[in-house]
Amino acid sequence: MAQHQVNYTKDGGLPVMLTTVDHLINWGRSNSMWFLTYGLACCAIEMMASGASRYDFDRFGTIFRASPRQADVMVVAGTLTKKHAEFIRRLYDQMTEPKWVISMGSCANTGGMFNTYATVQGVDRVIPVDIYLPGCAPRPETLQYAAMLLQQKIRRERAFKKLPKKRLV
Amino acid sequence: MREYRPKKDVQKKSYYRDRFYVAPQVPREKIEEGSRFFDDVKSLGSKFEVKDSYVEINQLVVIVESSSIFEVIGYMKNSLSYDILNEMSAIDYVAKCGGFEIFYQMLSLSTTKRARIKCFLKEGEAIESVSSHFRCADWSEREMYDMFGIRANNHPYMKRILMPDDWEGHPLLKTYPLQGDEFAQWYEVDKIFGKEYREVVGPENRDGAMIDRYDTKRFSRIGHEVEYGASIDLGEPDTNLKYQEEKGVFLIKKLKPEISKELEKRK
Ligand code: SF4
Repeated sequence: MAQHQVNYTKDGGLPVMLTTVDHLINWGRSNSMWFLTYGLACCAIEMMASGASRYDFDRFGTIFRASPRQADVMVVAGTLTKKHAEFIRRLYDQMTEPKWVISMGSCANTGGMFNTYATVQGVDRVIPVDIYLPGCAPRPETLQYAAMLLQQKIRRERAFKKLPKKRLV
Repeated sequence: MREYRPKKDVQKKSYYRDRFYVAPQVPREKIEEGSRFFDDVKSLGSKFEVKDSYVEINQLVVIVESSSIFEVIGYMKNSLSYDILNEMSAIDYVAKCGGFEIFYQMLSLSTTKRARIKCFLKEGEAIESVSSHFRCADWSEREMYDMFGIRANNHPYMKRILMPDDWEGHPLLKTYPLQGDEFAQWYEVDKIFGKEYREVVGPENRDGAMIDRYDTKRFSRIGHEVEYGASIDLGEPDTNLKYQEEKGVFLIKKLKPEISKELEKRK
């Protein structure tokens, strides 16, 4: 091996075996994304609708969990008020790595129509966001598309990469 | 009622306000003998100082001294059978007359009459809490304190109710900016990360309609996605909407759009 000068620590230099493990783990991860039920306002209704039988989120392997410690993906569905900002950060910190965030609806993206003193102008001021869904409220199809995009994103990632610190403090 | 303006050529006109416009007032009726509120006002007047009283849209309005409000509300409840306090809050008249108007909207179920007790409170003064007469006043007074900064004496739990406990300022005051003062704008950053992270997080973007098509770090066009941060000044490529990777995913059936069926009609 040494004669080929393979640098195992670099991208593309990994042995075949490891990439397969990567695939396997990512395949597992991407097909069992457990969502944290995090409905904050009207968008939560659409989130619930996507979980219910008509849109049937379970076929993607997503199960809504009521505890951040069992969840991989946080769907911020609704308006984040300044009073609540502290708690969303605390819940996010309680989720185990690897974790992802979907910001659902205009309110979560930018504060939306609540251009006031009491609303956080975009959840990305508080937690890092992976996917932003436009809409007020986004249809369940949009959330499903987001889940599929997130699956693709997870499959692209390396399973054993050193996770960048997602905490600011 | 909203002021009427002819709407035919609004687009052509520049915006202006009619300087001589006076908002229409609801007519006020005097309370004379024979009115259904006559007895109430008379018995109130014999006990307390009533500054003014009239009837507005079949509702009695009584203006009393703010120092006697606790006794007035108690008297209304116990002797005049106004047994429900529907609503109470304050109105900010600080700029106009240096204080607040506090109103108590009451309903009597046995006589089906409604009454509004009003009093004027100077800025900085406190009002007597009526929460021992009406339990619902407990939260209303907390809200009044939260929104206007008017304290209620002898209140069981005089704390903010809507805004966080460590909030500064009282948002329903007319002097409070709608988009928040500096404290409000940095509240979540200061609280979660600390003041030194203000520069990292940056100020709030208050323009909800802001879109920069060429900023590929924060925006991406559906169907024209490019890499994060790529330059698209010379136009962006078309990308097909893709639900799965080209190669497919292990054990997962690939969606074939060409063999999927579109229903003409909802089943
Ligand atoms: S984006 Fe619209 S639907 Fe969603 S929480 Fe905000 S106001 Fe409600």
